[in-house]
Amino acid sequence: MRFVDEFRDADKAHALAAKITALCEPGRQYKIMEVCGGHTHTIYKHGLEDYLPEQITLVHGPGCPVCVIPMGRVDDAMALAAEPDVIMTSFGDMMRVPGSNGSFFDAKAQGTDIRMVYSPLDSLKIARKNPDKRVVFMAIGFETTAPSTAMTVLRAAAEGLDNFSIFCNHVTIVPAIKAILDSPDLRLDGFLGPGHVSTVIGCRPYEFIARDYGKPVVVAGFEPLDILQSIYMLMLQLSRGESTVENQYSRVVPWNGNTVALKAIGQTMELRPYFEWRGLGFISHSALKVREQYAKFDAELLFSVPGVRVADPKACQCGEVLKGVLKPWECKVFGTACTPETPIGTCMVSPEGACAAYYNYGRLTRTRVKEASQS
Amino acid sequence: MTAEPPSVGWVAEALRVHEEQDRDEETRGGHRGSPQPLPGTVREELVLERIDRARRSRPRVREERITMSHGAGGKATQTLIEAIFLDGFRNPLLEPLEDAARLQVSGARLALTTDSYVVSPLFFPGGSIGDLAVNGTVNDLAVSGATPLFLSAGFILEEGFPVADLTRIVADMREAADAAGVQVVTGDTKVVEKGKADGCYINTAGVGAVEHDLDLGVASARPGDAIIVSGPIGDHGVTIMLARGELDIEADVISDTAPLNGLVAGLLSAAPGVRALRDATRGGVATILNEIAKAANVGVLVNENDIPVRPEVRGAAELLGIDPMYVACEGRLVAVVRRDQADQSLAALRAHPLGEQAAVIGHVTADPPGIVQLKTAFGGTRIVDLLVGDPLPRIC
Repeated sequence: MRFVDEFRDADKAHALAAKITALCEPGRQYKIMEVCGGHTHTIYKHGLEDYLPEQITLVHGPGCPVCVIPMGRVDDAMALAAEPDVIMTSFGDMMRVPGSNGSFFDAKAQGTDIRMVYSPLDSLKIARKNPDKRVVFMAIGFETTAPSTAMTVLRAAAEGLDNFSIFCNHVTIVPAIKAILDSPDLRLDGFLGPGHVSTVIGCRPYEFIARDYGKPVVVAGFEPLDILQSIYMLMLQLSRGESTVENQYSRVVPWNGNTVALKAIGQTMELRPYFEWRGLGFISHSALKVREQYAKFDAELLFSVPGVRVADPKACQCGEVLKGVLKPWECKVFGTACTPETPIGTCMVSPEGACAAYYNYGRLTRTRVKEASQS
Repeated sequence: MTAEPPSVGWVAEALRVHEEQDRDEETRGGHRGSPQPLPGTVREELVLERIDRARRSRPRVREERITMSHGAGGKATQTLIEAIFLDGFRNPLLEPLEDAARLQVSGARLALTTDSYVVSPLFFPGGSIGDLAVNGTVNDLAVSGATPLFLSAGFILEEGFPVADLTRIVADMREAADAAGVQVVTGDTKVVEKGKADGCYINTAGVGAVEHDLDLGVASARPGDAIIVSGPIGDHGVTIMLARGELDIEADVISDTAPLNGLVAGLLSAAPGVRALRDATRGGVATILNEIAKAANVGVLVNENDIPVRPEVRGAAELLGIDPMYVACEGRLVAVVRRDQADQSLAALRAHPLGEQAAVIGHVTADPPGIVQLKTAFGGTRIVDLLVGDPLPRIC
């Protein structure tokens, strides 16, 4: 298949892997964080770690939209969905995220009208078809999905729809990266920058990481060779003692981002003073809310939302996993009490969550992998 | 909501079970609290062992209500079947959980199966619910090694359903039955009020005759056996998904619904070393491979590069972020064959029009038991687990 197979070529991967290995200084351990959950998914789905020398550890970052939604916001969404005449619409990823009263799926099974959509525009369609209902879109995601939510609000405003609103949970990636850099738990050598987010915000927002923290950043694409090449670019910088922001995903990511998308976000949304992230706690100016001019599309204002902070189950260590302090399997309940079938924490829910990716694809030790490749 | 919060209940329960296991490990002289921290790889191996044990524990339905996942053919469906149906009906004929039960009736050896069809939309490129209702049941009999003979047909119709559509469905059933060499010999009709069903649901049951001495079953898989699929996978599921028109994607792909009894007959007469056959419907080929690994307590290793998938199907699946390995087929089978008969099995399959693109996709291994591994096209290795959740409800 064109535009896919070229980026999954095993021969090229072997060549790149050899170059990466050659750049490793003897005795040095490297920790590289892939910020984006999409990268985590690719890494496990294609078995990319098999190519890396044992000196390089990939640390999974916080860039999984579903994973960072705190329990309290899930409860708020469930309360919204239970309001009379409400049709709650949501991306499929969100359906299985547990709140303290179960997930959207559980509520749906009990008769609450919750529908899965592929795009917020589908929610608009539902709103047009059901004028006597109040349709709420559960808006989640980083700068990647915020533009489509923004465009949907603009469209709803242009059409004068009065039965559509969004429950805005959009977050921004840079404050989260900064929180991780400031966290004393972790010593990272460099970052694979989030490709999709960067199509919107560009590469400039990461310059502080290279400048102020002295860590190289390579904005990476999502095919396995993209990631391997980005690791090579990072290793090259590290071997030269450099720290700059580079763009491996230049076929998609413009250095200055997408100004039209940024404008749509700016027009409809503004930064919240602070927002709670699962595991990372409250981070200031890290999330978006609907601007006052568009208040009639803000579900938080239209309905009474409990807005209560709910602590995660004690045994859940999603926070440590999201920060990259723990590997998924190091969490106490990983794979026993917490599985994709009955997830306790968010990291086990989304296909982009580190725990789900490891459980579904990576549950193999290096010995087992070696045996498989020999047989 | 007045009901007890579903997740809180099972979270507490899951944690309790977890702590019990933890204590067990400690009393058995486990490694917790050892003076020296163990190296990462050893700790990881211990965690994996603990997970393997947890996966083998008795299945329990933790939800208070049925969710769409219970019908998806993946992990939740298996749990439901084992914890509720198998537990409730337990008997030696049911226990193997094969596609059809094999019976001895007054000296005759028969196979019996049943299946219900709720596909949406009712008509799609390459077929209709009528084709599925016949072919699905014929195939369940065929892969049990039986010659399909007679079918029943039960219809649940929604008030207001167009008679013209019903006529079309029945004509499709008749045509499919003729093609498969079976007859619909008994039936039932029920009508429910508008809104209580979605147009038309069909149940069919089928009886077939077992005319050979092969003891087919996934539990008979042995290390070294070859694993074969009879053709490109995922056609049906992708066709249905696109036919719903919700995705604004168009592709030239049609359902693979077809009767497999001819293909199976040819295979069995050419290669008596066939150990097991399954038709890869809901849950796709990945689910079958997991069933083999679990039932025979063996490992399964497949090569992504060897798995036939049409480019259109791969493209659509790639766009939608789903794996063709989990997408339903309605005219493909997976065969486990003794290694020394792999070539002749492949030749027999390829000699039939429905098996022209049959391919060996991997083999059975001794280790690790219960786990399906995939060598990715990219050159890595990963696990292929049972699917959790439901990407595609009402596929058949």
